[in-house]
Amino acid sequence: MSLGRYVLTRIAVAVPVLLGVTVLTFSFIHALPGDPIDALVGFRSVSPATEASIRAEYHLDRPIWEQYLLWLRDVLVLEFGESPITGRNVMATVGRRLPATLALGGAAWLLALAIGVPTGIVAAVRHGGPADELSRIAALAGIATPNFWLGLVLLLLFGVRLGWVRVIPPDAPLASLAMAKFMLLPTITLGTASAAFVTRLLRSSMLAELDATYVRTARAKGLRERTVILKHVLRNAFLPVVTITGLQLAFLIDGAVVVERIFSWPGMGRLLVRSILQRDYPVIQAGVLLIGVSIVLANLLVDIVYAVLDPRIRY
Amino acid sequence: MSDRPPTTDRGRIRIVGFDDADSGRPGDATSSGDGDESPAATAESPAERTARPTADTQSRTDPTAAASRPSGTALEGSGRSRSAGAWQRFRRNRTAMAGLTIIVVMAVLAVFARPIEVSTAEYTITLQPVSLAPYDPAQPFVGPANAPPSWAHPFGTDWAGRDQFSRVLVGGRYTLTVGLVAVSLALGVGIPLGAIAGYFGGRIDEIIMRLVDVLYAFPFLILAIGTVAILGRGFWKLVVALVVTGWIGYARLLRGEVLSVREREYVTAARALGIPDRTIIRRHVVPNAITPVVVQATLNVGTVVLTAAALGFLGLGLEADTAEWGAMLSRGRDSLLQGHWHVTVFPGIAIFLFVLAINLVGDGVNDALDPHRDASDDRRRMR
Repeated sequence: MSLGRYVLTRIAVAVPVLLGVTVLTFSFIHALPGDPIDALVGFRSVSPATEASIRAEYHLDRPIWEQYLLWLRDVLVLEFGESPITGRNVMATVGRRLPATLALGGAAWLLALAIGVPTGIVAAVRHGGPADELSRIAALAGIATPNFWLGLVLLLLFGVRLGWVRVIPPDAPLASLAMAKFMLLPTITLGTASAAFVTRLLRSSMLAELDATYVRTARAKGLRERTVILKHVLRNAFLPVVTITGLQLAFLIDGAVVVERIFSWPGMGRLLVRSILQRDYPVIQAGVLLIGVSIVLANLLVDIVYAVLDPRIRY
Repeated sequence: MSDRPPTTDRGRIRIVGFDDADSGRPGDATSSGDGDESPAATAESPAERTARPTADTQSRTDPTAAASRPSGTALEGSGRSRSAGAWQRFRRNRTAMAGLTIIVVMAVLAVFARPIEVSTAEYTITLQPVSLAPYDPAQPFVGPANAPPSWAHPFGTDWAGRDQFSRVLVGGRYTLTVGLVAVSLALGVGIPLGAIAGYFGGRIDEIIMRLVDVLYAFPFLILAIGTVAILGRGFWKLVVALVVTGWIGYARLLRGEVLSVREREYVTAARALGIPDRTIIRRHVVPNAITPVVVQATLNVGTVVLTAAALGFLGLGLEADTAEWGAMLSRGRDSLLQGHWHVTVFPGIAIFLFVLAINLVGDGVNDALDPHRDASDDRRRMR
């Protein structure tokens, strides 16, 4: 199958999933107990005039499938209207928070790779030795540590006891030195578990590759062990690490929800939790929809990148 | 996996049609050593035995046909010898036994933390009278507020002067029951749906798997938060939220295994015999495809506990005053900034220990049931 056709098939599979994601997020408002109008205003009492305008805005007097199509039409151009709770534009609210979460998640992902890849290589090369055993224990500890607890302990140590870092974000733009310094602890908190996953995954895929005949050939023709590992084995063993990127994204978003609360990080996660406590459902809906769509798209992208890297899987 | 015939069969003259009685003999399975390398003898499920007389001549004449099956299913199934072998392997695994010990100790502490009483209108029946916890976990001001650890209060007290030691002990009840109940219920949903999707294929498969794909588009915690937003807070609502997020993993995993199991000769044979699909799925397909799901479910107890604790920490799990480990940490940030480290440290260590123990046991279960698969495939630990 050519690459073009493979990409088209992948997109054809992703479209119904994306539609399902929109149906699920759309029905969220209607699944809440009571009249959707009550949910939209956060179960507060409002004047009949406001109620009428909200009814009109969300087309609540139309049949439900028509409501969905009208909503979908707006969503496709990223138009989520205004939040009846705060009166602010939903897309603007979400859009302002998105870069902060992306920066945090991206930094954590880089940290996970920076720690996980070398550790995974060493663990696989020294298979069965003390270094391998140590990395196994460290990885298990990393997986078992609740990220909210790790964040609190780091904050206690470096923020409260030692006073090296601020406990709340500085009033500075996202791309500034003060912000980068503050981002250190949240990044470590968020990246630890991911680093553990990368370590273990790379270790097991490298162990599988080390048994391959091409490794024996490479050694037999006298290549240095370093070259064999880094150029031949690592390149093949890295593919599973690529495939879990979509899963990692979901995992990092989960983590961000918690970590952002600990460090008062102005991102999507904190917005979501605050919106739940405030019953600001349109914001929740928009945020959850964006997360769902970006994960589907990320997985699609990963599939395509994978097919480019490894022509065998285009079957 | 070796290609040679099992030791018990070596040197015997094999005549087509005359092996039935022998291969079904219980002694075959038990006499074959520790079971690691004798799949043809141990992997004999009742399914295959019933299937034999009509079909499967090929595997009867060729014992290696059974021996060369993928390891994923060879050691799993019904039959006492297999589970006994798995237990043997599990018991030899020191770290796994250490994990199991931690879990058992925590469970015992949780059960005996406070007396368990069932009260109806007039009677109060005490099921368990022991009280290891020195104080009532909900009783405020049994000591000064935010007191650091001391002999009277080993883990200190929280902002309301409640004894943290008692709260951590009792908190184990919520964590352990939420983990076990949510995972079992999720298995109860995921196994049937996954088996049906994989076995029947076609339209049903399409519908179930698209639903799984859609739910998979949302991160675990986000989906749970959404469910909590709809249902509200409380123990059973929390369990429902965790089941909604939990079943998809099992369904997807089991479907994949079933796809390969349903092509086996014994399934074809069972179909040819006219055994109803329900029975084939329950007796022949699921037992041979379940191993990875069991491993995943064990590891998932840890994930579920972490998610429940995260929800508690965010103030979206159980009520904020509940002595649940996650909920106990939700005020942790404030007390921490005031310098009360002990409020966050002890519940956190409890969660850490439990999840670590679950992971050790999960690895052990994996090695015991499925020795040929690498335990460190950590993709499944993330979900």
